Amino acid sequence: MAAERGEVKLIGGWASPFVARPRIALNLKGVAYEMFQETVGKKSELLLKSNPVYKKIPVLIHNGKPICESAIIVEYIDETWSSDGASILPSDPYDRAIARFWTVYVDDKIPDAIRKLRPLVKGSAVAEVEAEKLHAALQLLEEAFEKCSKGKSFFGGDNIGYLDIALGSQLAWIKAVEKIVEIKFLDKEKIPGLVAWSERFYAHEAVKEVMPEADRLVEFTRMLLSGSFAK
Amino acid sequence: MASEKGIKLLDFWVSPFGQRARIALAEKGVEYEHKEENLLAEKSELLLKSNPVHKKIPVLIHDGKPVCESLIIVQYIDEVWPDKAPLLPSDPYQRAQARFWADFVDKKVFECGGRLWKLKGEEQEAAKKEMIEILQILEAQLGDKKYFGGDTFGFVDVAFVPLTSWFYSCETCANFSVEAVAPKIVLWVQRCMERESVAKTLSDPKKVYEYVRFLKKRFRIE
Repeated sequence: MAAERGEVKLIGGWASPFVARPRIALNLKGVAYEMFQETVGKKSELLLKSNPVYKKIPVLIHNGKPICESAIIVEYIDETWSSDGASILPSDPYDRAIARFWTVYVDDKIPDAIRKLRPLVKGSAVAEVEAEKLHAALQLLEEAFEKCSKGKSFFGGDNIGYLDIALGSQLAWIKAVEKIVEIKFLDKEKIPGLVAWSERFYAHEAVKEVMPEADRLVEFTRMLLSGSFAK
Repeated sequence: MASEKGIKLLDFWVSPFGQRARIALAEKGVEYEHKEENLLAEKSELLLKSNPVHKKIPVLIHDGKPVCESLIIVQYIDEVWPDKAPLLPSDPYQRAQARFWADFVDKKVFECGGRLWKLKGEEQEAAKKEMIEILQILEAQLGDKKYFGGDTFGFVDVAFVPLTSWFYSCETCANFSVEAVAPKIVLWVQRCMERESVAKTLSDPKKVYEYVRFLKKRFRIE
């Protein structure tokens, strides 16, 4: 069985939410892979060769062929190992379009909010402004969750799907930023559906070991801002 | 809205994003109602209701259900009408490559092109340098192939070709030549224009330039 899978390598970093995505997808499919951890501040030869256009992680290398961009990698994993595990993308074209739409929305709003919030301190005026944007985005995603889940556990229904992976992978950094600026984003009062969903997501077999601890990300941020990773 | 049958496309005449959807629908031979939104005036009720998150065109409304974001619309069209003119290849690795390059076009070409005609001086020079790099990357990716996907017109071609109507505007505003840096891309555009779906959809580059000049006046960029 393992030989049929071919050689699967993933170039990534423990702190990257984008790297978490293919890791979760590969876990869902039960596909073993070799992890190549990049050192922050120094890009490896393998990375530069495999992703010459963006020079960014994650990169999946399957039988020597590289695939870049986290959402594209997840679709590739779903299509390549289509008979393993549940389908990651929904089967209906309209549901797929909705899952893709919200994934684009997540990528448009969440990483930017995290990048803007993480260098700030509690109580700063800028933090208030950026926090409002993140609250608003999460509110829309709460409504999307209601519609997509149709009363089930995940955006994908009974199983973790494409949008669960897209948004779920961002949770570790959302939790880290909560600690940094001391503002609660995963607020049961405001977004009860998403908060309950996030707990189920974190508890899932395919996700558990992948998500970094928020405290570790807070420490990572401190090091990033103090220039510890500069060459 | 949910009970209405048929296909409607909310569009704006010069939008390259709307044109992606129109080319895909034409390739598939799908009949639809084209609704022109006047983006320079107030947005219609239907647009606001169909795309409440972004309030942008294009929006494809299929039997009352809206699909937003041009590349998502193109994939949707490809999946709903798979039998005619498949736009994405069947091999997962080739599909990943097609998605990657369509995404590259999305991230890089329009945004950089916008800077080329909106900015002046040093900022424009920087945008020009970037655009040349982007075109060279795409030129290398196209290589000697007939289309980006190979022998068949596909997803990357649909994603990129409508943006080429804006080359003339970029060249004129920033004083450079696409043909000089990416001659294969220029030939590829000509090949695409041999397809009825593309020829009937793309805006005349001179009309696009008139529109760009109008926008510059309106936003006092001149």
